[in-house]
Amino acid sequence: MEILRGAEILIRSLKAENVEYIFGYPGGAVLHIYDELFKQDDIRHILVRHEQGAAHAADGYARAIGKPGVVLVTSGPGVTNCVTGIATAYMDSIPMVIITGQVPKKLIGNDAFQEVDSVGITRPCVKHNFLVNDVRELAITMRRAFYIATTGRPGPVVVDVPKDITAESCEFRWPADDEVKLRSYKPSTKGHIGQIRKAMKMILQAHRPMIYTGGGVILSNAAQQLIHFVRHLGYPVTSTLMGLGAYPGNDSQFVGMLGMHGTYEANMAMHHCDVLIAIGARFDDRVTGELDRFCPDARIVHIDIDPTSIAKNVPVDIPIVGDVGAVLADMNRLLEEGGDITPDRSALDAWWNRLREWAAIDCLRYKHDSKVIKPQYVVESLYELTKGDAYVTSDVGQHQMWVAQYYKFDKPRRWISSGGLGTMGFGLPAAMGVQLAFPEAMVACVTGEASLVMCIQELSTCLQYGLPIKIINLNNRYMGMVRQWQEFFYAGRYSHSYMDALPDFVRLAESFGHVGMQIDKPGDVRSALTEALGMRDRVVLMDFITDQTENVYPMIAAGKGHHEMHLSPEHAPPPDRELA
Amino acid sequence: MRQILSLLLENHTGSLSRVAGLFSARAFNIESLTVAATEDPTISRMTLVTSGSPEVLEQIFKQLNKLIDVIKVVQLSNGPHVERELLMLKLRAESSAQRAELKNFVDIFRGRIVDVTDTTYVVELTGTTAKLDAFVEATDTHNIIEAVRTGVSGIARGDKGM
Ligand SMILES: Cc1ncc(C[n+]2csc(CCOP(=O)(O)OP(=O)(O)O)c2C)c(N)n1
Ligand SMILES: [Mg+2]
Repeated sequence: MEILRGAEILIRSLKAENVEYIFGYPGGAVLHIYDELFKQDDIRHILVRHEQGAAHAADGYARAIGKPGVVLVTSGPGVTNCVTGIATAYMDSIPMVIITGQVPKKLIGNDAFQEVDSVGITRPCVKHNFLVNDVRELAITMRRAFYIATTGRPGPVVVDVPKDITAESCEFRWPADDEVKLRSYKPSTKGHIGQIRKAMKMILQAHRPMIYTGGGVILSNAAQQLIHFVRHLGYPVTSTLMGLGAYPGNDSQFVGMLGMHGTYEANMAMHHCDVLIAIGARFDDRVTGELDRFCPDARIVHIDIDPTSIAKNVPVDIPIVGDVGAVLADMNRLLEEGGDITPDRSALDAWWNRLREWAAIDCLRYKHDSKVIKPQYVVESLYELTKGDAYVTSDVGQHQMWVAQYYKFDKPRRWISSGGLGTMGFGLPAAMGVQLAFPEAMVACVTGEASLVMCIQELSTCLQYGLPIKIINLNNRYMGMVRQWQEFFYAGRYSHSYMDALPDFVRLAESFGHVGMQIDKPGDVRSALTEALGMRDRVVLMDFITDQTENVYPMIAAGKGHHEMHLSPEHAPPPDRELA
Repeated sequence: MRQILSLLLENHTGSLSRVAGLFSARAFNIESLTVAATEDPTISRMTLVTSGSPEVLEQIFKQLNKLIDVIKVVQLSNGPHVERELLMLKLRAESSAQRAELKNFVDIFRGRIVDVTDTTYVVELTGTTAKLDAFVEATDTHNIIEAVRTGVSGIARGDKGM
């Protein structure tokens, strides 16, 4: 029998869960835990410079490697600083365990120094949270936190630990598998086989099928199953922002991202399809456009592990609740076994012809310029020079959309971006988590000058731990996405979207101990990128001075349907309007 | 559409706020909510009355099931069930004529007078929401000093438990 202090139990629990890294920041309520961290070296603690950075870094780690990210912060401001990062992970269903210090039990509710109701504050943005009331509950609570975070639809779980509990002692025993189970939590994984058969029948009878995939495919590690399914059927496939990379972005059956800034062909195909197969996607408003005009001709099959995602925004004909990978495996098995129904090849050929006509518009074409750097060109160059093989994180704004459009991710977990919450400040700390998960990999953070400064302090963390991230700052001196909306919908009244008083990013990088570069000529883009990517052990901040007024196209404006896209001014109105 | 939901949840601090928080965060209606421990002290039973379109009611049902502390949810009003609510009214009862009339009235509704002062009665009444509404409506509002309602509790008919 082992008698351990709470703080030791906590560390032992993390070891039992095979945790490699903790992203954290110390403070009064967690000092006992930090003391235990000091005494061991199995788990590496990464000292961030702001608790938001800890949450994003753990999140980036989890997205890239598929294991839960772990955060440790102190009570009060430590927790509140973390909330944006927790909410970011929650919206994108990222598994994380966040350990928050709390004031001693007897002070709870007294407005004690650095007290905040952490469980209350985080409740709406976690999958679940716990306040540990007794040291004897600590081990089982930790184990449950990991269990809940990683099973079913994943998500962040907060464990709030009062300081006195980390000092008290009790017997330590790591709970067995069956003790973890909860009578109130039974995530379903296998899909209902009757529903799956019904769905396959509908899918095989389609004349104008469309496969719409989301982040669920990545979370479920189902990319291989998806590729098999798509290739076997020969159907077109599109993806949400969160699903990019699950199906190879450069494959001929991939028609690009859908939604507000998706491709013309993907959105037109959505509008005209007769059977929509939604896989691990949640019909987000940025994807569907105006709901009244959404897929008017389609019968819909929806596969998702979370029943609440099904029929939340759009009525569904055949719902299948289950893990995407397991359901696709069943579907692939049915396809292999064959049967009397096969896709109508001539209908499918005709459908592909229409898709090719839409694609011929080449909606992502943009005008090159010999004097100002086009942001799209920087992303395209990054794609070519990294051979599509980098991990790319982003912040939020135009630059994020350009990466989604021009970096053709062909593997899952390479594209690390805050889709649901749209959190500026995510990119740099998330890249740190990715780089720690894959120390040898090329990790690029594509950002904007407004987003980058939101977590710029993490440049110190990069230096301390030798994380050689390549930061690609698409510096348009504007909150570009805000400016674009103001141009389109507010008659060009650029209210507070101009970034005045910007830092000198080169000297800023240098002051943090890194390499800074400024690139302002299109002719220098590739050579600068090549040089920076070659500095394998250095952080390089590349400040690309880009076209100030470039907009993201195509675009579906608010209230419009998929077939009502705006193309860039470079494009003549689409010749096949009558098709629409 | 009105719906009565019965829930079994872990009897933890915080379980109730998870349910209440879900309703406010997602802008679902709560008409009433009652909760107390069951014969198993680790489990609470909640009866919740809500309303919405069939799609919204389906979302509410699914979202409640998704909460980790919720063990079971039953859409009680979808099947045969019994629902009861308790009302306590403090009424002005000053003249003897007024007192006699009230007493008579309470008897008709099968209520009980459970407290008496020189000038007031406290009336206790159980029944469906509609019956309590009818009683309150029939009472002269000038005479109501205070009204307390517990919200609906419900149970399914038949031999099965939840
Ligand atoms: C924390 C946060 N605050 C505000 C916003 C709203 N917002 C979305 S995009 C954007 C502008 C981003 O500017 P920048 O980082 O320079 O990127 P650009 O659009 O210019 O590429 C803003 C303010 C947000 N997404 N996140
Ligand atoms: Mg900008």
